[in-house]
Amino acid sequence: MRNVYLDYSATTPVKEEVLKEMIPYFTEKFGNPSSLYDKGLESKDAVTHAREQVAALINAKPAEIYFTAGGTESDNWAVFGACEKLKSKGNHIITTKIEHHAMLHSCAFLEKQGYEVTYLDIDKDGFIDLKQLEDAITDKTILISVMLVNNEIGTIQPIKEVAAIAKKHGILIHTDAVQGLGNLPIDVKDLGVDLMSVSSHKIYGPKGSGALYIRKGVSISNYLHGGAQENRRRAGTENLAGIVGFGKAAEIAKNNLENHIKHCSELRNYLKDRIIAEIPDTYVNGTMEKRHPGNLNITFKYIEGESILLLLNQFGISVSTGSACSSTSLEPSHVLSALGVPVEMIHGTVRFTVGDFTTKEDIDYVVDNLKTIVAKLREISSVNSTKGW
Amino acid sequence: MALYNDIVMDHFLNPKNVGELENPDGTGVYGSPVCGDMMQIQIKVDGEKITDAKFKTFGCGSAIASSSMATSMIIGKTIEEALEVTNKEIIDNLGGLPPVKVHCSVLADKAIKNAIYDYAQKNGKHYAALEGYDPNADEDDDHGDIEE
Ligand SMILES: Cc1ncc(COP(=O)(O)O)c(C=O)c1O
Ligand code: FES
Repeated sequence: MRNVYLDYSATTPVKEEVLKEMIPYFTEKFGNPSSLYDKGLESKDAVTHAREQVAALINAKPAEIYFTAGGTESDNWAVFGACEKLKSKGNHIITTKIEHHAMLHSCAFLEKQGYEVTYLDIDKDGFIDLKQLEDAITDKTILISVMLVNNEIGTIQPIKEVAAIAKKHGILIHTDAVQGLGNLPIDVKDLGVDLMSVSSHKIYGPKGSGALYIRKGVSISNYLHGGAQENRRRAGTENLAGIVGFGKAAEIAKNNLENHIKHCSELRNYLKDRIIAEIPDTYVNGTMEKRHPGNLNITFKYIEGESILLLLNQFGISVSTGSACSSTSLEPSHVLSALGVPVEMIHGTVRFTVGDFTTKEDIDYVVDNLKTIVAKLREISSVNSTKGW
Repeated sequence: MALYNDIVMDHFLNPKNVGELENPDGTGVYGSPVCGDMMQIQIKVDGEKITDAKFKTFGCGSAIASSSMATSMIIGKTIEEALEVTNKEIIDNLGGLPPVKVHCSVLADKAIKNAIYDYAQKNGKHYAALEGYDPNADEDDDHGDIEE
């Protein structure tokens, strides 16, 4: 059976070249980067090199890159570190309704500690309203955090404009760029952000490895306390091989960016065009403009996403869904809810993300099977176009 | 490794009794208050015996499997016997469901009861098990509390 992985936003395979770079750092080059003998210095050099590679991808200075255990830690550090540092200045955070849970659950925790959080809406296309942002600012606002690219609908937020507003009011600005990294050109200088979260496993690097960009001159409290690693700002012996892998993945992403975007968007658009043309009652969620090049989020009316996912899985196809039935909380996707998609329509949503290893044949295979699967589930479904919901 | 066991998968992939009856003696529809899904079960009754049953389900894999199992279980049973079918028996016959999916079997259980209720209403029948039954009530279906 064919295997077609269309969930590159969930995670990506580690590229061969990346793995090859990493392997020696598990075995012969295992030294602790903090050790002063050659074996340690060799590891320290590797971390330094990776820092340069990651910095280059986002036009940062290497000293502004702090390695972490991934996007979740970076988000947590940014928000908790900023709030701790600035608690005498205020207790108000502005973020959006569509952030990743790494941000939303951190904010919910802070609300319990007495912080106030404003969650910005998104419009029907998937974008925040800059006026609503500016209106939400109070003299107690200490942090604005808006994600660069949404993980479910792929929309790219106007972070440069958000950062300009933050700057005008003297407020710290963080962006979660986990889904953006390697999928669009990112220049932190141009964006004007103070803090930015990135993760390795979304760009063909290993899992459990990521970074927080902290602009030079910006100060937030530490989140992990211990040794003097990462310029005394993030304690813990470095995830050496993970960092080396992230560095290599970042280098490849930089060199390959244009090709990657072209490859993904062509296949994604082909997938979208075929689905919309060949399967009735299907809708794209979020605008196709200003969107992650590989992301497609579709509602198949009258059927439920977990059933679609399970049947696609029978054909070796991997996708994800925003349906309530497939979440452990049995809540429909908070992103699609914020987008204004009715609950019963959220039920039938599937997220497809194509990536570097996707081929046109893969897309054809998926659409051909999808047609049968959707027809079969609509046969079974108790709702349809004439009966309504 | 798989989300569901083989029996559940088999009933999901090859569901039995999908469709609608031409002249049903009773039709029951029930929507899940938990996740927003919807199930319809129809029955054909001869004397006191359920001779046929069909379902249509808008829902997840275990909702479809539960409908298939539930309809299979009531065909050939008397109304009284069918009223005794519980969601626990549906789950047991399916070889178990993940805790978060228990409410999907409740959906099937409720849809059966509603179909019988409809039959009873139309035919002026009374069954002890339906005394005071409210077809629209939200069943308290403990779906297993999930810690986030
Ligand atoms: C937007 C966004 N932020 C944060 C994360 C968390 O990153 P990680 O898996 O590296 O902890 C993810 C990954 O799912 C994501 O998509
Ligand atoms: S029908 Fe929604 S979880 Fe089963």
